[in-house]
Amino acid sequence: MAGYIVLGIGFGILLRSAGYGVLWAFAMSALIYAGSMQYVGVGLISGGASVLTVMLTTLMVNARHLFYSISMIGRYQNAGKYKPYLIFGLTDETYSLLCSGAAPPDGDADLYRFLVTLFNHSYWVTGSVLGSLLGAILPFSAAGIEFSMTALFIASFTEQWITHKDHRPALTGICSTALCRFLFGPSSFLIPSMILITLVLTVLRGKEETV
Amino acid sequence: MTPEHAHTAVLVAVMAAMTALTRFLPFLVFRKRIPPYISYLGRVLPPAIIGMLVVYCLKDVRLTAAPFGIPELAAGLAVAALQAWRRNAILSILGGTIIYMLLTRMIGAGI
Repeated sequence: MAGYIVLGIGFGILLRSAGYGVLWAFAMSALIYAGSMQYVGVGLISGGASVLTVMLTTLMVNARHLFYSISMIGRYQNAGKYKPYLIFGLTDETYSLLCSGAAPPDGDADLYRFLVTLFNHSYWVTGSVLGSLLGAILPFSAAGIEFSMTALFIASFTEQWITHKDHRPALTGICSTALCRFLFGPSSFLIPSMILITLVLTVLRGKEETV
Repeated sequence: MTPEHAHTAVLVAVMAAMTALTRFLPFLVFRKRIPPYISYLGRVLPPAIIGMLVVYCLKDVRLTAAPFGIPELAAGLAVAALQAWRRNAILSILGGTIIYMLLTRMIGAGI
């Protein structure tokens, strides 16, 4: 919960320092509602990226959500009127809170899940709006605040490096992207990187199966 | 709305639509069985994409001119060390960002 407020504030300040005000912060957090994608999104919108790049980048960055949804198909089956919102709000945080399945035994499980989703969404939007307002009145220059995005991904990278035994996917991501950045330059390497990553991972899978 | 804002609004809408797609698609498509290739990608894509995003964040760092990426390297190592030590993402992000902001100011001031 505190995590969403703090990360939201970081996003709001970052978006403000890129030249977009509080309405943009509110709209992005309310409508997109995907933490790391919104950090990436700041760079994409301020760099005037193409629709195709934004489309593919969003799909790749959020590919993990496919698997959150897959694992919730059974649990959300009978959620009725709450179902569309529960699916819309299935973020990393909400997933990690709800996948452990600890709904109150005597209560309405669907209502409980709806409220968890709604509160997380509210924290995220509130944090983003606060950050945007804070960014406008910051008593010192916010230059360098963009490193919070780099730090977010380095922290995630370190965490998954510690928890995963197989480091080949992580190394594939780093090396393929570094190679494409070198070959295609700083403004058009994301799409080639995503294609190369998918190809290399597919080849690695083929090897795995024959072993 | 300026044309530039209109383009931004389109990009925000695209991000919202594609994010929703990744969340809704499995409920619409995989009612019965998930193809093995898809569940394999689900396992290996997330760590690879995080690696991609680390490189993406560092795409404009110039290694051949001062300050040679030193603030990024030092602050990045600090984030990794903090994360390995305390396993608290908020602490790692705040710590690394503060170190980065201090380092770039010190270098800017010629210290």
